[in-house]
Amino acid sequence: MMMKRFLQRLRTNALVGSVLVCLVGAMALLSVFWTPYNPMGVALRQRLQPPSGAYLLGTDEFGRDILSRLMAGAGTSLLVAGLTVALALGLGVVIGLVAGYFRGWLDRVLMVFNDAMLAFPGILLALGVMVIVGANQWGIIVALGLAYAPTAVRVVRGSVLSLREKEYIEASEVIGNSGLRTVFAHILPNCVAPLVVLATSMFGWVILAESALSFLGLGVPPPAPTWGNMLASGRPYIETAAWLGIAPGACIALTLLGVNLLGDALRDWLDPRMEHR
Amino acid sequence: MRPSSYPLAERTDMTTEKNPLPLLSVRELTVHGPHVRPLLDAVSFDVPAGGVVALVGESGSGKTMAGRAVMGLLPPQVRQSGGSVLLQGRDVGTMSANALRALRGCDVGMVFQEPMVSLNPAMTIAEQLFEGLRLHERLSVAQARERAIAMLRRVQIADPERCLAAYPHQFSGGMRQRIMLASVMLLKPRLLIADEPTTALDSLSQREVMEIMAELTRTEGTAVLLITHDLGLVARYAQSVVVLEKGRLVEAGPVRSVLTAPRQAYTKSLIAALPQRSAQRPARPVQAPLIEAKDVHVSFPGARQGWLSKATPKLAVRGVSLAIQPGEVVAVVGGSGSGKTTLGRAMIGLLPVAGGDVCFRGTPLGQADAAGRRDFRLACQLVFQDPYSSLDPRQRVRDIVAEPLRHGPPLTREALQASVDAMLDEVGLAGFGERYPHALSGGQRQRVAIARALVRKPAFVVADEPVSALDMTIQKQVLELLRRLQAERGFGCLFISHNLAVVSEIADRIIVMENGRIVEEGSVADIFDRPQQPYTRALLEAATTSDLLAELDAV
Repeated sequence: MMMKRFLQRLRTNALVGSVLVCLVGAMALLSVFWTPYNPMGVALRQRLQPPSGAYLLGTDEFGRDILSRLMAGAGTSLLVAGLTVALALGLGVVIGLVAGYFRGWLDRVLMVFNDAMLAFPGILLALGVMVIVGANQWGIIVALGLAYAPTAVRVVRGSVLSLREKEYIEASEVIGNSGLRTVFAHILPNCVAPLVVLATSMFGWVILAESALSFLGLGVPPPAPTWGNMLASGRPYIETAAWLGIAPGACIALTLLGVNLLGDALRDWLDPRMEHR
Repeated sequence: MRPSSYPLAERTDMTTEKNPLPLLSVRELTVHGPHVRPLLDAVSFDVPAGGVVALVGESGSGKTMAGRAVMGLLPPQVRQSGGSVLLQGRDVGTMSANALRALRGCDVGMVFQEPMVSLNPAMTIAEQLFEGLRLHERLSVAQARERAIAMLRRVQIADPERCLAAYPHQFSGGMRQRIMLASVMLLKPRLLIADEPTTALDSLSQREVMEIMAELTRTEGTAVLLITHDLGLVARYAQSVVVLEKGRLVEAGPVRSVLTAPRQAYTKSLIAALPQRSAQRPARPVQAPLIEAKDVHVSFPGARQGWLSKATPKLAVRGVSLAIQPGEVVAVVGGSGSGKTTLGRAMIGLLPVAGGDVCFRGTPLGQADAAGRRDFRLACQLVFQDPYSSLDPRQRVRDIVAEPLRHGPPLTREALQASVDAMLDEVGLAGFGERYPHALSGGQRQRVAIARALVRKPAFVVADEPVSALDMTIQKQVLELLRRLQAERGFGCLFISHNLAVVSEIADRIIVMENGRIVEEGSVADIFDRPQQPYTRALLEAATTSDLLAELDAV
């Protein structure tokens, strides 16, 4: 009985999650072909219009249609967040697996370097990287990817260290498997649960960090819209024209909710202990 | 929290007035979990004041749930759906949370199975001992200390002053269990619930802890509810026994009549599972040894004394020589810390040897080239102790068993399937290929581990305590499986165990180890009938075989 109810909830979560993520994805895709207005078209006479029939979500301080900008910004925001998470996790998995599995001097060298990186606030680190790479969306991806990688390294290494003590890892050595096979066939798949949790929360951090960078004038350069820079530019008008901040804020919140629900469903689905089949 | 912050139940003194009521009376106790089938189905038994009652059954029989119900400590999804637990005439099921809290520790104490996790690693022994004392009795620190030291002496902790200042990790499993016992007995409970108190210990510490527990409870007049799957313990320490199977009471009565004249088939099967010395296997023609350890030393980096000083290595195995012929089963027996597991790992090259050498088919491994070492690796296998940790939870049984074949000669898909199926069939798991380990019982998992070890037809297998984590009846089955496969396939085997009784069923030869050295070796008959060393005699003493029932009969 309880199991059934639990599965029911699991499916509902997965369903809500995928609907939200698909909606955002569809929005981004649609914006490539069509938006209600030109997302970068300035119309100073229409500035700071509240939501109405003509402008469904109102206009910003330059009279640009907020809905159009949200749609156009969806693609950039998702791309930046997705690629950043992929980069950070990719680095984290490789370095964390190597350090955790082989241990010894290699582990010590990698971890000293990693902890030094962790000692800097992420944004500060990202700022430094962006000065070198350049202030555009690729710069953001590289900068935030590098800034968040140390956290991923820590998570992966921690899991690997505890998994290493399991007898099935020793069994894999007894069978005659190479270190590489042991790592990829037996250790990595068992790290999936913490990795999925990390990836979904990181997705949120990145979207917010991107808006912080925009706020500092280092994000995706204007006039190109992202949810982050829309949120940042809406801040001065929070009392007079709240819709400027509410619309991108709601988009970020709903996307994060979707990603998190989907992540949880993915984690459970990958776990053989959950009887989902 | 201050000791006076909640009411403590007055302990009614029952020794003054003769009370015919048993101390604990469990009546028609029914407990339901999330499933339809009850975990306990109308179970009734009594524990008289000062008596020792054993609750016996395999895993899943509900014996632990019964113990927890007595404490009012059922897990969240489990509820008592019928019957009553009367402790000194009061119904535990209807007590308020505060009354229950006063009851626990003070009237009923509990010793858990896992000494490694039942003490808090972040607190000193003193803090943990005082916690309960000061919660239930108003004592000054000095008084508590005095009581704690006296109790630690009684559980035979050599230096109680030092022990109080130490942390749990500084003690062995047996010592931790004794400390746990001390902390419970400090409060002089009327009833001690001991849930598999020695299952996680080697047979020597097992004996030690049980002796101390028996002595202490006898002198304090504490009744004991001993929850166990080990009939040996029951025969030695209990007066009456309650046998549970799948939540139902199967048989109950005085130990002697139940164990020597069981009426139910289930009880009979439990008794039959006690290890029996098998007939001496026929003497083998002397052959060239398959694998030979020559004066092997193995060391571990020891603890560093200071910040910069170099660690002094600790020798776990000191100069062990032994030879195993093809098809021979040699058992290595010893307590924990005797170096037997380390020796096993070193003999299959999982640990480097610090001195001496291991020769495989006459070639010293120290001189073998890469190809030679690879051949050696592929010819050796290991069966692990803990079937819960030795299988990758994300692999299906079929893939687990197939994996070793990756390193043999290349096989077609069909041939691979066929050999995996044949192997699973041999270990009695035909049709289990698509399952994941979590869907298997402990015994089934160990069968998978055995299949994985044998599928490549190794010449030499190290079995490291392969049955220690299993119930007695399952132990018997797995041992029989190993013995049958060994006879059919004729691999050489190093069988490691802390329990002499277990190895008597399978070994050709027994080696007894203590402190990294061999203290005695000989045939099963030599060791059992003519033990030379006191250490061997202690091990024999601690082993529970079916001979125990004969002793019981003789009394």
